[in-house]
Amino acid sequence: MSAAIEIRDLRKSFGHTEALDGLDLTVRTGEVHGFLGPNGAGKTTTLRLLLGLLHADSGELRLLGGDPWRDAVSLHRRLAYVPGEVSLWPNLTGGEVIDLLGRLRGGLDPKRRKRYLDLFELDPRTKGRAYSKGNRQKVAVVAALASDVELLLLDEPTSGLDPLMEQIFRECVREERERGRTILLSSHILSEAEALCDRVSIIRAGRLVDSGSLDELRHLTRTSITARLTGSPAELVRLLGAHGVTVAGDEIRLSADAAALPAVLGALSKAGAHSLISRPPTLEELFLRHYRSEPEVVPV
Amino acid sequence: MSATLTGTGALVRLALRRDRVRLPVWTSVFTAVAASSAAATAAIYPAAGDQRGAADSINSIPALVALYGPVYEPTLGATSVFKLTAFGAALIALLMIFTAVRHTRAEEEAGRRELLGSAVVGRFAGLAAAVVVTTVSSLVIGLFSAAGLAAAGLPVAGSLAFGLGWAGSGLVFGGLAAVTAQLTKSARAASGLAVVGLLAAYFLRAVGDSTGPRWLSWGSPIGWTQQVRPFAGDVWWVLALPLLVAAALVVVAVAAARARDLDAGLLPDRAGPAHAGRTLTGAWGLVWRLNRANLGAWLAGYVLLGLVLGGLAGNVGKMLDSAGARALIAALGGEQAMEDAFLAAEFSMAAVITSAYAITVLVRFRSEERALRVGPLLATALDRRRLMAGYLLLAVGAPVALLTSLGLTAGLAYGVRLGTPGTEVARLAGAGLAQLPAVWVLAGIAAALFGFLARAVAFAWVALTTFLLLGEFGTLLKLDRWVLDLSPFTHSPKLPGAAVQAAPLLWLTALGAVLVAAGVARFRQRDVSG
Repeated sequence: MSAAIEIRDLRKSFGHTEALDGLDLTVRTGEVHGFLGPNGAGKTTTLRLLLGLLHADSGELRLLGGDPWRDAVSLHRRLAYVPGEVSLWPNLTGGEVIDLLGRLRGGLDPKRRKRYLDLFELDPRTKGRAYSKGNRQKVAVVAALASDVELLLLDEPTSGLDPLMEQIFRECVREERERGRTILLSSHILSEAEALCDRVSIIRAGRLVDSGSLDELRHLTRTSITARLTGSPAELVRLLGAHGVTVAGDEIRLSADAAALPAVLGALSKAGAHSLISRPPTLEELFLRHYRSEPEVVPV
Repeated sequence: MSATLTGTGALVRLALRRDRVRLPVWTSVFTAVAASSAAATAAIYPAAGDQRGAADSINSIPALVALYGPVYEPTLGATSVFKLTAFGAALIALLMIFTAVRHTRAEEEAGRRELLGSAVVGRFAGLAAAVVVTTVSSLVIGLFSAAGLAAAGLPVAGSLAFGLGWAGSGLVFGGLAAVTAQLTKSARAASGLAVVGLLAAYFLRAVGDSTGPRWLSWGSPIGWTQQVRPFAGDVWWVLALPLLVAAALVVVAVAAARARDLDAGLLPDRAGPAHAGRTLTGAWGLVWRLNRANLGAWLAGYVLLGLVLGGLAGNVGKMLDSAGARALIAALGGEQAMEDAFLAAEFSMAAVITSAYAITVLVRFRSEERALRVGPLLATALDRRRLMAGYLLLAVGAPVALLTSLGLTAGLAYGVRLGTPGTEVARLAGAGLAQLPAVWVLAGIAAALFGFLARAVAFAWVALTTFLLLGEFGTLLKLDRWVLDLSPFTHSPKLPGAAVQAAPLLWLTALGAVLVAAGVARFRQRDVSG
């Protein structure tokens, strides 16, 4: 059993909206798999299909060697799920919810429960209605981590967490990977996926766009650079590996392949760069690159 | 205009947009029921003599007077509206309670008030918009119904007095709900609190009208709709009472809103347990935990209701002193039969109310699903059937407890008066339980809707209202037998005091079971929506 999750040509529509349009996805056992896509790409629908909450229109779906719809109950003993939008019962405390979900999953390790409550600085005595969005998310995260399972399905688990908590969460995910757990992490934050994931799948409009290890994916990642120059940008415009170069006055914008970065930086320095902003490409830019052919050079 | 009210107009338009189906539908229902019942009464009692006879016999049956109020004068109009006045006023009150809470506390609980509050919207604009909507819709329903009565041939002045009386009830209870919406954090509790007020008001006038003292009816906003005496003198000044009380309630609501923060109630939250207790181990424990407080309140209400009904029943036969009334009682089968008829009428009403409880359980399940709390539960090793069984257990089982406690306490109170508590407890507990199969059919309808048409689970209310109206007005409107037979309540035995046939009870139970089973089977197959 090498694949924890195996999806082939999965389709699901709601009325006239096609949420999934022939999706393929493979998650290997023991890996942290990033499931990336913009809002509305079908990430949550996929997870809900994997949980047997939705019935697929067509396609193949295997989860931990079973059928997510037919074997839902027995499969759910072996996995934990953190929903993207956590809704708690208003009059139950966080501690009660964690215990309830743990018991329903078939057991909860009290030591792990205490450890994660402490790590995430969560007060278990607060009523559900009194938690903030981030704290509601922590309740779901603690409930998932505290039960000892093979597979974690995490739907944008850090969207409400502050940077400090996000860091702690990343540590926890790494620990789980060390312990041999499989993790499917849905996200639209590329840096999070880069920090945590062994492999990544990118979906858009219900289809797989790209899938592979981070190294494989990095061939696509380009750094966006904006600089102000005192000299001529001519060399930069000609440079291989610098893409989408636009020049306006003394300002130059371009994106550089990772491999071409040293050459680009050298050329920038020769051209007398006196201000420089660089940032990694956003997921959005990655999509744009996949779907839109860019004009190579546009001098103004 | 004060800055705290900025944006009220926009919020009123938003509320009317959200209620663009709801309010017109209910307005049509009330108008149609008023007009058709006036037309039907005119057909049944064409001559003044017929009307006098009808009024006399109605007024001599305390069960009817307690339930609906008396016929104040033997005019065609007063005879036409005697069943509608208080009963319809209570239904309008219910509608306005839900409307007011829907646009205040429910919005706040859902977090939408916060979104609006950040826009150019004053502090009290939401409250003001809700008050405007309930006021306007009460008046529209009242005026349309008045027009319906007048169109059916009744005097215009009386029709107007009647319609405004109904509107007054809507104003008062809309105002009451505006107050309770400030007190509690949950919309459910806010509506519940206001409904308790409504039940108390209805009950007060039931006692005042039937056994007295008479002034009790004057203490009830529902009683005021009767004291306007439409078609029986049209006492216009009484209409000032609901206006004044509604205005006072709005003032109280504003004061309460001023005293609290957004999302807060007037009661603070306390910290709870850090660990789940032993009962919160699974789906059933969760369902029980989420519903136990509510069920406790219902049980307490039924115990109280049973004691009062049992106590009233003992008075029913003894209040009538005139020779004519005595003769009538004898003709109807004596005091015992009168008292049984009274209890039977109250028990069949209890069946309708108990069905409402069963429906709320399934509606609650659906709102849990919509609040995204069912998906995460089913993502654990929890079978869908088991989760739904938890709710069904409550929808089917709690009515047993409710009707049993009603029967037991009514039997106790009635039996103590007669000196035979043991007999009466058993007899009336049986009478309460005999209502169960019809209740289960309504639970089944709600369960089937939850499975097949989850979005439309609230249609169970339409079914219940239709059955209620069929029972109340079906005979008056001379509907065909088969139409009346559509209502499960038609087939419930009129206990105590009637013969029991097992067959209808058995097939009602079977029908309920089939509906429940179909709902469960479909829930297993359908998408759990968000």
